[in-house]
Amino acid sequence: MDNEITRKAKFGQGTVRYFKENMGIIIAFFVLFVFLSVNPSTAHAFLTQQNMFNVLRQISTNLYLACGMTMVIILGGIDLSVGSIIALSGCIAAACVVRHGLTIPVSLVIGVVTGILFGMINGIIIAKTTIPAFIVTLATMNIARGFAYVYTGGSPVRVVTKEWQFVGAGYIGMFPTPVIILLIILIITGILMNNTRLGRHIYAVGGNVQAAHFSGISVTKVKFWVYAYSGLMAGIAGVVLASRMYSGQPTAGNGAEMDAIAAVVVGGTSMAGGAGKIGGTIIGALIIGYLNNGLNLMNVNSFWQYVVKGVVILLAVFIDFVRNRNKR
Amino acid sequence: MSENVLLEMKNIHKRFPGVYALKCINFQLKAGEVHALLGENGAGKSTLIKVLGGIYKADEGEIFINGKKTDIGSVFDAQKNGIAIIHQELVLVPYMTVAENIFLGREPMKGGFVDKAKMNADTAVLLHTYSMNFTPQTLVVDLTIAQQQMVEIVKAISFNSKILVMDEPTSSISDKEVEFLFKIMRTLTEKNVGIIYISHKMSELWQICDRVTVLRDGQYVGTKEVRNITKDELISMMVGRTLEQYYTREFQKPGDVVLKVEHLSDGDMVKDVSFELRKGEVLGFSGLIGAGRSETMQCIFGLQKKYTGKIIVNGKEVHFKSAVEAVSDGMALVPEDRKLEGLYHVQSVKYNSTIEVLRDFIRGMYLSKKTETDIARKYVDMMNTKTPTLDQMIGHLSGGNQQKVMIGRWLATNPSILILDEPTRGVDVGAKAEIYSIMNYLAKQGIAIIMISSELPEIINMSDRVYVMANGRITGVVGHEEMSQERIMKLAAEE
Repeated sequence: MDNEITRKAKFGQGTVRYFKENMGIIIAFFVLFVFLSVNPSTAHAFLTQQNMFNVLRQISTNLYLACGMTMVIILGGIDLSVGSIIALSGCIAAACVVRHGLTIPVSLVIGVVTGILFGMINGIIIAKTTIPAFIVTLATMNIARGFAYVYTGGSPVRVVTKEWQFVGAGYIGMFPTPVIILLIILIITGILMNNTRLGRHIYAVGGNVQAAHFSGISVTKVKFWVYAYSGLMAGIAGVVLASRMYSGQPTAGNGAEMDAIAAVVVGGTSMAGGAGKIGGTIIGALIIGYLNNGLNLMNVNSFWQYVVKGVVILLAVFIDFVRNRNKR
Repeated sequence: MSENVLLEMKNIHKRFPGVYALKCINFQLKAGEVHALLGENGAGKSTLIKVLGGIYKADEGEIFINGKKTDIGSVFDAQKNGIAIIHQELVLVPYMTVAENIFLGREPMKGGFVDKAKMNADTAVLLHTYSMNFTPQTLVVDLTIAQQQMVEIVKAISFNSKILVMDEPTSSISDKEVEFLFKIMRTLTEKNVGIIYISHKMSELWQICDRVTVLRDGQYVGTKEVRNITKDELISMMVGRTLEQYYTREFQKPGDVVLKVEHLSDGDMVKDVSFELRKGEVLGFSGLIGAGRSETMQCIFGLQKKYTGKIIVNGKEVHFKSAVEAVSDGMALVPEDRKLEGLYHVQSVKYNSTIEVLRDFIRGMYLSKKTETDIARKYVDMMNTKTPTLDQMIGHLSGGNQQKVMIGRWLATNPSILILDEPTRGVDVGAKAEIYSIMNYLAKQGIAIIMISSELPEIINMSDRVYVMANGRITGVVGHEEMSQERIMKLAAEE
């Protein structure tokens, strides 16, 4: 291949491929977006700045989790504990302020560290044993949720200071803080997965553990860091949510792990591991987020929203299935 | 042998992305004959069988059964038309009984429940007819491999199959069991069943087969009566060229010792192994499966940390704790089973080519796509790998091309010691010859190569010296001049 072609192909190649690979969901998202913009029952409220930021704010916490979850699923695993970690880290951060009189930044860091520690516990057990990730994180899911209830006695830990709300409900310039945090996390996750050796190793371990071992990749280290990262994401989501709700709530994040998994799967990452992209997950989360928003604006009963969400998930993976079958 | 034709496959074509797997294949099976299907790995035998069994759909071609044009679109269609395939990998449910396995999916019913008594009784009759020595109630997991194979055969017969395909049925059973299998096959042919027989053990052909069809590189070579053909004629049909052109090897005087192993034991499969490897030589390792050859190399390469004995690389004693350390000391190991131990199936050729040398194009958070592509391109060209693009998913390439990517992956690390474990297993003849010529080139460059191989012709034609192992011990070393199949086999069979 001569250099001319190589150079031309290189320019914009990534973007083109991104659109090509995610064509289905990008179109789906576009259709949804246009529909909500022109549909008479939603048009008046949908395209306002306030609504846009609102949706993005809601999507943020799910996407934090989904960033970690994408890596975990590419690794061939699953992390069920993130929803409960949200509750525990939020409660601990809030209690640090209210009960122990620590400053807000220190309290937030302690909350996030709680998440990392839980992630590391998941990581150690999953990396060092052959116990399935599903079982390990099912256990830590219960443990973290239990601790959150025990620690708070079952009732929310309220924080009334204005500064507390900054990370969850505040603004940096004109943008909501959680959205800025989201952008930073997305950039870091993207670089981590695409531009580092660890990223390549995640695909290798998820694609073929035995081969990774023969390649001299430290499978235990890769697994450990991926689950630790997922814990970190849950910790961040936990304090951001606690800030937005003015309180650490032991019931927070209930079922959040499932929304994160849904975003990853709708985004085209295979549960079998070894392949997937963070870009897909972003669109997956956007679809789910805007769908919820649209249904709210249309005053659809929230009970029905579950049904719609489920149908969308099935539809997304079904389209993927059909496309893969035709490739063969 | 009756002259009525059971099955006729005409002008079968099958293409996969990047690979032309079957080109205009013709095949005919008569009632009551055993028809061998012969060819190197990758010749297209299993693809043809999958077309017959309804797993793949042929792109072109026609299939006639009993003279009637038949469309086989699914496994169910194949069964309906009396075709039964006994795959190389057994597909029985381990924790079910023999009877349950045989009647799986078509259990006799009585009042809404499975009629176990009838199922067991019917199975007992079948087992008795073929004088099997186990009961219908035995769990499959408790049977030997040979017995499990018998269950598969009985299952196939119970469908009243007229066309039976056996894919390497003797590859993992003992001689005595082979005799028993042949007896059953003769019983079947007397009942006018036609058997398609695939085997790598050529001597079996003259014991059991009537005709043989040879495939090569996905093409039809010819069909012969077994009694009118010699082994040498068959081999040249399969290989399609003389052996001298096939194996490229220019022997030279080996250089200094680069690897020395003394009294290596892993407490299990490897027992007191000592050998030396020199620069620029190809050192063969022969022996039966399970002789401890792969395990020896895994100790040396840091994949098995617990061993006793000394490993000396370039004059320095080493004890690698992981493969990474071995690689940084200039070693490379291309593992035996590329599907299980090498390939990242859902990733691209590029990803698979460069995973060992990420350091060469990723520094911290900076990744050079150009260097990545250049590295992948270089080794794809060097190995002459046939792939439409570097972004092609490796799972879609043929076995030979996958293997070339595997070897290229390790050559990218610039090894001075290259260990190849069964480098040509499951590789088509063309790719095989290319791999040999690469090995020759590398040896001339001064790289020291260890080749574990179970194919004796390969060992004899490619190695400077061969160490033979049996039961974890080295039973002998033979120089290139004194090598013969008999001599190596004798050492391999030593206790």
